[in-house]
Amino acid sequence: MADEHKDIDAVTGTATTGHEWDGIRELNTPLPRWWLWSFYITIVWAIGYWVVYPAWPLLTTSTQGITGWHARSAIITDLAELKVQRGPLMDQLASASLPEIADSPQLLDFARAQGRVAFADNCAPCHGAGGGGAKGYANLNDDDWLWGGKIADIEQTIRFGVRSTHDKGRAGNMPPFTGVLKANEVSAVADFTRSLSGLPAEKGVDLALGTKLFADNCAVCHGEAGKGNRELGAPNLTDKIWLYASDKATIERGILQGRGAVMPLWDGRLSEPVIKALAVYVYTFGGGEK
Amino acid sequence: MTQLEELVRDAEVKARPQSAAPKPAFMEEGDDDGPLYAARRNIYPQSVRGFFRNIKWTALGITLGIYYLLPFVRWDRGPDAPSQAVLIDFPNRRFYFFFIELWPQEVYYLTGLLILAAIGLFLMNALAGRIWCGYLCPQTVWTDLFYAIERFFEGDRREHMKSDAAPWTVQKVAFKAAKHFTWIMVAWWTGGAWVLYFADAPTLVKELASGTAPSAAYLWIGILTLTTYIFAGHMREQVCLYMCPWPRIQAALTDEYALNVTYRYDRGEPRCSVKKSEQLRAAGQPAGDCVDCLQCVHVCPTGIDIRAGSQLGCIQCGICIDACDRVMEKLCRPTGLIAYDTDLNIQARREGRPMSFHLVRWRTSLYAAIIAIAGGIMIYTLATRDSEGISVIHDRNPMYVQLSDGSVRNAYTIRIVNKQLKSREFILSVDGIPSTLIDYVGLPPRADGRQLITVGPDQTKEVRVMATDYSATPPAPSTTVLFTLTDIDSGATAQMRDHFFGPASKK
Repeated sequence: MADEHKDIDAVTGTATTGHEWDGIRELNTPLPRWWLWSFYITIVWAIGYWVVYPAWPLLTTSTQGITGWHARSAIITDLAELKVQRGPLMDQLASASLPEIADSPQLLDFARAQGRVAFADNCAPCHGAGGGGAKGYANLNDDDWLWGGKIADIEQTIRFGVRSTHDKGRAGNMPPFTGVLKANEVSAVADFTRSLSGLPAEKGVDLALGTKLFADNCAVCHGEAGKGNRELGAPNLTDKIWLYASDKATIERGILQGRGAVMPLWDGRLSEPVIKALAVYVYTFGGGEK
Repeated sequence: MTQLEELVRDAEVKARPQSAAPKPAFMEEGDDDGPLYAARRNIYPQSVRGFFRNIKWTALGITLGIYYLLPFVRWDRGPDAPSQAVLIDFPNRRFYFFFIELWPQEVYYLTGLLILAAIGLFLMNALAGRIWCGYLCPQTVWTDLFYAIERFFEGDRREHMKSDAAPWTVQKVAFKAAKHFTWIMVAWWTGGAWVLYFADAPTLVKELASGTAPSAAYLWIGILTLTTYIFAGHMREQVCLYMCPWPRIQAALTDEYALNVTYRYDRGEPRCSVKKSEQLRAAGQPAGDCVDCLQCVHVCPTGIDIRAGSQLGCIQCGICIDACDRVMEKLCRPTGLIAYDTDLNIQARREGRPMSFHLVRWRTSLYAAIIAIAGGIMIYTLATRDSEGISVIHDRNPMYVQLSDGSVRNAYTIRIVNKQLKSREFILSVDGIPSTLIDYVGLPPRADGRQLITVGPDQTKEVRVMATDYSATPPAPSTTVLFTLTDIDSGATAQMRDHFFGPASKK
């Protein structure tokens, strides 16, 4: 062993490690000593971390470090700073009326930015990331509103919900017609409903029967012309937009089983400015009515 | 074995002292492996005068002058922009360089600069070795300055070595303290100048003087003071030997035609004293010009012996050339025993062939061509870049909206860029949909009905727009549309393609 190590490289005069690969030998060049010092310094530095920051886990807690720094308290501080920074605009948002917000470019931008985050946190699970909706969940981008598309209407819907537990919540159900209408009658009403928005009827269907049954059973909520009633959340059946779907089977199911989708109320769960911001944000999706 | 390898081996063998390799100082009797760690050998470079020393002083003056003074150069850009010629404005995400202003998305100019820098380094290397290391590298420049300070307080090589070996006295402590204080002052100014590139220099100087500057400024000054003091005062050549990747890359990139600081062993060997060389010559025996005075070793800032040939530790600063030339002048022998030369020429002289210098060759031409092309592209794009821009993001959810009357609407978020230092008004149009109407969210039209978008000086503005196809026939599942942004004053335009989506066709 020792004999191998005595090998001194002729060119450099440096000892070699004794390892050889295809005639290539490795010089055993000593590392500079400062390299070693740097290594010791990193160890001391690491000990410094134990002293300054929370480090060692104990049974129920951990060593706290002399600075008392904590990731949670740090984020609380950051959030508090953010709150102070946003304070003036948040106050304005809280005190301004909805039309005032819509008319002020700065407030509108701020409300939309706030609304975007709040929407993603609270509304997107049902209505989609961009408010595009899904079957049974309203598309908030179009110009068809069940409960009204003015900014104040939107705010009320958000605040108190739909068919929620709140007295001021939007109320009104589509009752089930199982047992009221016979199968052929349901089919006739469904075809008549489709015809309201210009969709073709099945062959051999009695549209006259459908017309009569609609007037008797449906017009009280949906209106004689099928234009709907926003007081009751009865949709306009004459437009091209369908909350569920426009195929006959879906319409028949709606008639037989009724419809009554629920939206939770947000009053008390979201702060005042956030509810306003959400109303503004949804309003500016593009379907907002003047 | 290539010609280069042969030459290198030849040079190594020729240049090596004839005696067997001495046992390294750190190895003791019976010590197999030697120590794992070795202390730094102190280097006391002797001062020298001469051509290359003057080049180094000049390079030092120019580079440090630029570094320390550039932040104070003013450049008028009008009221809405900073008036500092060179400024990296992090809070506002802008980089200013005299007449050039760069936005973060134009960071590819930095890539271009890096390409130029890399190829420039390669070109220098192909022409004359480590020009960068010897004359321009900050490590070299600051170390040179720190050596000058050291010599001022502790004397030149001999005096300094004598003082270091002598016992401590009040005077020795005072001189050492004065040296370290001056080093720290220089290091402090170095860090101080650095932060001035990131804020308005005169303002920041006042803030620093009155203790009201941002804490980041003090932190960075502290960090750079420390690194300058450590690197230039204490690490010195060790940065080049152990830390810098360039000596390794350089060795792989060089070729036999590159000029290097070379000991002309064809002329120098065999080494012998003046007296002995006279005797040998009188006796008709060969005697080299090298008198083994070790001046080239004593002046070397990295402490190497250039006579051992081209090596990693040589930063090729040419100081040994100056030292050797002084000795040769005194001995009335021709200068240039150490010179910028190639091993090929040494070989040529030995064989009586003429020397040749190939500065223009494939390698250097290629590097120069790459520099010219990359530089040309950068200048061209910089000169022809637009001062306005548009980017369009289509809504992802929903992709399109069916309206109650059956028409289809798509929504887009549009960001408009105004790189001019004045407020501008733009008008937006969209082509590709038969009958469209654009709605702007929260942007009421002007009194004259025109829908103008105002973008502040050197700013961007985000606008949400909705395009609706009102035509009777339903739109195709996807139509290419073209957004055009027009500056209503200058007529300058910017365009962006996107898509207009419609319902998938029914089966």
